Amino acid sequence: MNSELNELYQQVILDHNKNPRNFRKIEEPTHHSEGLNPLCGDHLHIYLIIENERVADIAFQGNGCAISKSSASIMTEVLKGKPVKEAEEKFKEFHDLITGHITDEDQIEAMGKLAVFKGISEFPVRVKCASLAWHTMNAAVHQKDTVSTE
Amino acid sequence: MPLRFFSKLQSIKQIQMESEILTSEIKTSAPDFSKIRENFPTLHQTVKGRQLVYLDSAATTHKPVQVIEKIDHYYRLQNSNIHRGVHYLSQLATEEYENARIKVKNFINASSEKEIVFVKGTTEGVNLVASSYGNRFINEGDEIIITHMEHHSNIVPWQLLCERKGAVLRVIPINDRGELIMEEYKKLLNEKTKMVAVVHASNTLGTENPVKEIIEEAHKYNVPVLIDGAQAVQHFEVDVRALDADFYTFSGHKLYGPTGIGVLYGKKELLEKMPPYQGGGDMISYVSFERTTYNELPYKFEAGTPHIAGGIGLGYAIDYVKGVGLQAIKQHEAALLDYANKKLLGIPGLTPIGTAEKKSSVFSFVLENIHPHDIGTILDVEGVAVRTGHLCTQPLMRRFDVPAVARASFGMYNNTDDIDALAEAILKVFKVFG
Ligand SMILES: Cc1ncc(COP(=O)(O)O)c(C=O)c1O
Repeated sequence: MNSELNELYQQVILDHNKNPRNFRKIEEPTHHSEGLNPLCGDHLHIYLIIENERVADIAFQGNGCAISKSSASIMTEVLKGKPVKEAEEKFKEFHDLITGHITDEDQIEAMGKLAVFKGISEFPVRVKCASLAWHTMNAAVHQKDTVSTE
Repeated sequence: MPLRFFSKLQSIKQIQMESEILTSEIKTSAPDFSKIRENFPTLHQTVKGRQLVYLDSAATTHKPVQVIEKIDHYYRLQNSNIHRGVHYLSQLATEEYENARIKVKNFINASSEKEIVFVKGTTEGVNLVASSYGNRFINEGDEIIITHMEHHSNIVPWQLLCERKGAVLRVIPINDRGELIMEEYKKLLNEKTKMVAVVHASNTLGTENPVKEIIEEAHKYNVPVLIDGAQAVQHFEVDVRALDADFYTFSGHKLYGPTGIGVLYGKKELLEKMPPYQGGGDMISYVSFERTTYNELPYKFEAGTPHIAGGIGLGYAIDYVKGVGLQAIKQHEAALLDYANKKLLGIPGLTPIGTAEKKSSVFSFVLENIHPHDIGTILDVEGVAVRTGHLCTQPLMRRFDVPAVARASFGMYNNTDDIDALAEAILKVFKVFG
């Protein structure tokens, strides 16, 4: 099979697409935002409970392609328990990865779970899918209700 | 096309003769669609190392060399502003442009070229009517009827009008096959109805609507009807007089012509009583600071320098389409749709969206548990170009309870190999997703 496709749709991504983690609504979040990608119809909600500047809980719900769904799922796993400040740093790093600005193999490896998204950089039109959850999380943290990646 | 200089003004007759020669060249026998494919240079390239399979003609069609060369020729040898100069080139460009208007008139069987307004495309055609006709004749409490399968460009201009005027938008529902429920339409019509705007063929479902009947019903209430023909004129013959359509609009770029040019047909008596759409050059006959009188039809609606090369290109695109013959195109595309149905409907996990009895060559589908955006990416890697998303028909997505769809759409240059490639690529999608 085409190697670019293999890079894009890695087993980990397909697994998170099928069985998304933290896929639920948090009834009383301290922070919440809704993300939309009108171009492909992706639509998700990110819920957070932030306590003492830390992500005490994070979850998502919504509808989207495999890339956006798995990205949201993996993001919730990575951010749970982390300081909010680190969440923002990770967002920047993740964005650099999927837009092809991080190419150093060791640096990519050090990103842990997020490294599975390195294949996105070969598919520029999918960058928005992969980053939707992160944009939405960032908006929630900054108390914005909706974001659109258009 | 060799470079050629004109020693004297090339007459309309000569231009017409040339296009007739082109027409008869193709017409001598039943069209050979494999030869026709040769006329479209964009199709003959590889994408990511594979031969391009283009199944997105509903978004835009490719252009035959016959059209590309005419546009090239215009910019090389005829470029000039129209209606404004006494000099040779200006007259030449004006004649070419006005000749294109005559070709459009004949193509849709309008009564007069005064009824043919050049616009940017279908979107501008609808906006022109919603603004000009709507602002003058539609008022608070009036009702406008559209359908559930409209493209956003035949929804939003009417919504804006409703907001401006306090009018009300009514929507004809559809059944699960994606066909209009005509009884419901008849119930919606009443004394308050002031406009009916309906798509001739749906870009998402392929459904061909019974527009003649829709128009007849509306006329019982003296209500004008606008038909969005963006997905019609390239697939079958349209006769605006036989339909008795009040307004009919379409885009050049979906009819094998250039982008940025389209047509709004309007009945003369309606266009005459409508105020101008935009102000500027060309649309006036006399301007002073106190008062301006407007130019005659259709120029009243054509402010500013138009897309001259586009209009000319559209004229030649129409020549090309007529040369192949819409009857032949219709048969060819119907055979392709048949083949696609046979080939694709058997794939487990594939659900078609839009299964109307009367359907043009559009095949929209979803795959079980696989988002259309992922389908689109994998198909693209296989060299197969389809459209994915809501296709500018978000209300339809909700009607069929899908976030988006994948759509393969066919033009005259497609063949069964293209559909085989699509079927194979779909199997690949399932393979990736395990
Ligand atoms: C049914 C229909 N109406 C209107 C439009 C708008 O056409 P354009 O973008 O050329 O103005 C389209 C094109 O996508 C269409 O398919």
